[in-house]
Amino acid sequence: MTQLQARGVVRAYGPTPALRGVTLDVAEGEIVAVTGPSGCGKSTLLHCLAGILRPDVGEVTWRGHRIDTWSEAARSRLRRTEFGVLFQFGQLVAELTAAENVSLPLLLAGTGRREARTAALTWLERFGVADLADVRPGEMSGGQQQRCATARALVTEPRVLFADEPTGALDTLTGEQVLTQLVRLAREQHTSVVLVTHEPRIAAYADREIVLRDGLVDHTGLGLDVPLAGGAR
Amino acid sequence: MGGVSTPHVLLGLLAGGSRHGYDLKRAHDERLPRARPLAFGQVYATLGRLQRDGLVTAAGQDRAAGPDRTAYALTGQGRATLDEWLSTVEPPMPYVASTLFTKVVVALLVADVDRARSYLTAQRAAHSARLRELTRVKADPAATLSDVVAADFAIAHLDADLRWLRATLDRVADWHREVHP
Ligand SMILES: Nc1ncnc2c1ncn2[C@@H]1O[C@H](COP(=O)(O)OP(=O)(O)OP(=O)(O)O)[C@@H](O)[C@H]1O
Ligand SMILES: [Mg+2]
Repeated sequence: MTQLQARGVVRAYGPTPALRGVTLDVAEGEIVAVTGPSGCGKSTLLHCLAGILRPDVGEVTWRGHRIDTWSEAARSRLRRTEFGVLFQFGQLVAELTAAENVSLPLLLAGTGRREARTAALTWLERFGVADLADVRPGEMSGGQQQRCATARALVTEPRVLFADEPTGALDTLTGEQVLTQLVRLAREQHTSVVLVTHEPRIAAYADREIVLRDGLVDHTGLGLDVPLAGGAR
Repeated sequence: MGGVSTPHVLLGLLAGGSRHGYDLKRAHDERLPRARPLAFGQVYATLGRLQRDGLVTAAGQDRAAGPDRTAYALTGQGRATLDEWLSTVEPPMPYVASTLFTKVVVALLVADVDRARSYLTAQRAAHSARLRELTRVKADPAATLSDVVAADFAIAHLDADLRWLRATLDRVADWHREVHP
């Protein structure tokens, strides 16, 4: 089933065009990488799909419902219950411990305190940072913060995870460990993932890659319509 | 990238004790899981040359029964050759020459920008497909560290090639103007 759809999405910031008519589908459980040069509109597209920004023209639909016309309150509720969001720098709440940060989305969704903490500890464990449960972000490394942020993004078992350069601030090995685990857990719970990255090796974790260029989807050369030399591989 | 030095790999595998040809092939394929598998003929031909050069010696008693019954052992000279190889640093990219790079240059020489661009685009798709394939190999929970390290080697190079392909696609028109002023 199609989870998310963008139809002819156009978005500008004042006079600056960011998206100039983007159409794409994300299926249930599908992991889609969005790549392209800096400034091509990747983050803007992610924000439009997640209902954070509203397109100027075009439609965004979520499981058949058109969401771009919804009120901010309705979109915000959708984000809390069905979506998870993860940014380059975890953006944990500095005043809260790791367990409190990870509990937060559950508490906002009405889960009880004790149950939320138990779930938070389980998710911290899955990302190998259970021992940091009572530590605040200021005392963690960037990699540890990103593991906590990833746990927080997945704790509600969202239907779609939006990740904008989730490994951009991490060294290669740490980034890969976080991403491998993220992809594994997303696949287990059939969460769709929209993964924005400029790194080919990160995009390779996805089922499919969408290349943006100047606010448009670049359709050249995504399939392989030429023979491989010697029929190798 | 330098070629695979099969003689040195075999010397390395013999450093732990004598082995039969079949055993060497198996150990080779296990240690280098993403390399082209060694053919038996190649193992015996290489062992023959190493023996001729005094780097290995037939250690088995069954010599007359044929090469597959013979165990080979590293000689002192073989050990010295292996040590020397291991302590020599490989010259990093002494020449900028790969089929990938050369093909774009030739495409620009003999054809127009579009020809070069369509080759770059197709190559990018092939690289991406292979990168995804190796990423799956690596992310498989059953993958051994040998699998992961071997896949990582290829992944790092494909990633670098893809960055180059992308940057070159953006510059190919300017480059063509430089080649055909
Ligand atoms: N808040 C903003 N105000 C004004 N212009 C903006 C704003 N955000 C983005 N833009 C512009 O919109 C275009 C698309 O930006 P966007 O952030 O979506 O690109 P991106 O592909 O995510 O880039 P990067 O890889 O650098 O993160 C750019 O020209 C950018 O300058
Ligand atoms: Mg961005």
